[in-house]
Amino acid sequence: MRMLAFDLPIVLHDISVFARNVAILDRVQLDLMPGAPTVVIGPNGAGKTTLLRVAMGLVAPAGGQVTWGGRSGVPPARRAIVFQRPVMLRRSAAANIEYALSSAGVARREWPARVEELLSIVGLSGLGARPARRLSGGEQQRLALARALARDPEVLFLDEPTASLDPAATKAIEDVIRAVAARNIKVVMSTHDLGEARRLAGEIVLMHRGRVLESTPVAQFFESPKSQEARRFIAGDLLV
Amino acid sequence: MAHEASALQLVLSADPALMAIVWLSLMISMAAVALATLIGLPVGAAVALTRFPGREAVIVTLNALMGLPPVVVGLAVYLLLSRSGPLGSWGLLFTPKAMVIAQTILVAPIIAALARQTIEDLWVEYRDELAALNVGPFRRVATLIWDARFSLITVLLAGFGRAAAEVGAIIVVGGNIEGFTRTMTTAIALETSKGDLPLAMGLGIVLITIVILVNALAWTARRAGERFAG
Amino acid sequence: MQTRRTLIALAAAALLAGIPAVSAQDKSIVVSSTTSTQDSGLFGHILPLFKAKTGIDVKVVSQGTGQALDTGRRGDADVVFVHAKSQEEKFVADGFGVKHFPVMYNDFVLIGPKSDPAGAKGKDIVAGLKAIKAKSAPFISRGDRSGTHAAELSLWKIAAIDVAGSDKGPWYKEIGQGMGVALNTASASNSYVLADRGTWLSFKNRGDLAIVVEGDNKLFNQYGVILVNPAKHPHVKKDFGQAFIEWLTSAEGQKAIADYKIGGQQLFFANASVPGA
Repeated sequence: MRMLAFDLPIVLHDISVFARNVAILDRVQLDLMPGAPTVVIGPNGAGKTTLLRVAMGLVAPAGGQVTWGGRSGVPPARRAIVFQRPVMLRRSAAANIEYALSSAGVARREWPARVEELLSIVGLSGLGARPARRLSGGEQQRLALARALARDPEVLFLDEPTASLDPAATKAIEDVIRAVAARNIKVVMSTHDLGEARRLAGEIVLMHRGRVLESTPVAQFFESPKSQEARRFIAGDLLV
Repeated sequence: MAHEASALQLVLSADPALMAIVWLSLMISMAAVALATLIGLPVGAAVALTRFPGREAVIVTLNALMGLPPVVVGLAVYLLLSRSGPLGSWGLLFTPKAMVIAQTILVAPIIAALARQTIEDLWVEYRDELAALNVGPFRRVATLIWDARFSLITVLLAGFGRAAAEVGAIIVVGGNIEGFTRTMTTAIALETSKGDLPLAMGLGIVLITIVILVNALAWTARRAGERFAG
Repeated sequence: MQTRRTLIALAAAALLAGIPAVSAQDKSIVVSSTTSTQDSGLFGHILPLFKAKTGIDVKVVSQGTGQALDTGRRGDADVVFVHAKSQEEKFVADGFGVKHFPVMYNDFVLIGPKSDPAGAKGKDIVAGLKAIKAKSAPFISRGDRSGTHAAELSLWKIAAIDVAGSDKGPWYKEIGQGMGVALNTASASNSYVLADRGTWLSFKNRGDLAIVVEGDNKLFNQYGVILVNPAKHPHVKKDFGQAFIEWLTSAEGQKAIADYKIGGQQLFFANASVPGA
């Protein structure tokens, strides 16, 4: 049973983040609306990861303001994130999911059924008893997805979820992302893979050097990119 | 304990006096480690996870306290527990409890300092993930301690090793009373002073064997645990 | 996770409980005594007899005489059993002890290398010490304010040798340790050392050491026993302590002391009934 949406839309208003006086995000303006997945693309160092962390609420911006459903300072109760290199707790796969269920306040008696359901969503049925750290890279990525989904989020951030995975593992993750989006969960993900962006995105956000250059529906982005950088990025020329 | 018997004979015959000494040594060291864990683990975890002015000084102090001279700790506890001291009315001097207190003081900084390092290392790794899961501060500490449990076993063993090997503090506060506060180490000190070096060495070998056994047991438990929960 | 913490606490409590507890009612006393009585094995011989008779456990903390008296002074022992008469008299005079009872004596022996490089051998301790000084032969001193240390210092004084001042030198080494360690040190360095006969007889690591001087009247060493004054320290178990003192000075206790032998040699000579001992 889905609760009413409280965290959406997420509005990033004039956001700046600095590290050692270098702007990682430079007066970013972005609205994340309910609907199809938003895919953030851009060359390495463009600020994609930091953008996701700010939107998740993990990084407090030096300038500007983030609002979730019109409010600021909302704890990440209905948001979840899968980091590029997720950390597996030193327990079994099932216990990793139980940990997330418990920290989301799900009653203990519901855990067994939810664990089974989540393992099945991410295609890890039968692996619940395995120590999480013994799973393969792709399996760990999917377990991290299951852990994020255990929080029953309205919005799910995925930071390069398929980076460093082989094609089969990539396909498995993309299938889960589609299934998640179909369950009416807002997906915000970053990738450097244009093919993946085209396959999954409803909306494309192009970042370059800490700034958001475009935020447009996917078809429009690939067919008639507005900016010079977008054209170069699609052509594979925009590297830094 | 018969002077003439060799240490090997004593062990093989399960000499009751020797067994009592071994048992007392183990009980005192383990009680001290348990108490020191109750004190040192929360302190270590708190220092690992919080940032406050003077934190670096606290860490340096904790690390330095790992090298507390046992005889000084023994003397301090002696003066504290002596009938003429502030806690004299407890009547604890020259009892095993006094020995546990002295060893707890020696072991607690070791556990606090090593646990601080272990937990802080894991905290660096877990910080983002636990923040993303919106985990509160107390649960964070509990999670880190639980997930560092295999490394923390090694920390406890370091504390146990210190306690089991220590003689300077417990001989002062325990008095090395036969059948009551005599442990492996104080017995070794006594036999050495009696010039029975072979028996002292034999007891030393028994002590080392016991410490190795305890470590082997902990190692086996750790390996088994990692296999199921790694 | 909370339960785990509780479990650790329970385990600690259980461990503490498993350690023999001391209650105020337990039938035992703490006796602070000297390393010589402990290291010689006398207590191992007589205490089981006392326990069998009275059911009282005697817990012996063995220290140098100075420290043993200090332990009594602080109220950490019920009875002190030491051998340094002037210090014992002061202890009683200062009100820390009730009354001094003579129990037994043993004697000191001068120990040294079998080859006796200083030529100290004989029946005269003063001549022996003078010979050691004359040759500057290495001598190990307890240096720990023990009864044996006090006896050694008074013997140097009789010999008119000032080991703390003008006659000081590298030949005279104060180690600040118990009798056994002093003997170990002498054995390792082929030095002379003054020891009580009991510790010497039960000492195993003799190496090249042997008795050089014995039998001089000046080498007699009187032991006394004192109940710590309950008026100063109310928790002193005076009934049990008094029982121990009475037994030591009784015919039965005196016989037990005289019966203790190592290699057929008697170590301690009971003299509780000798006036002025």
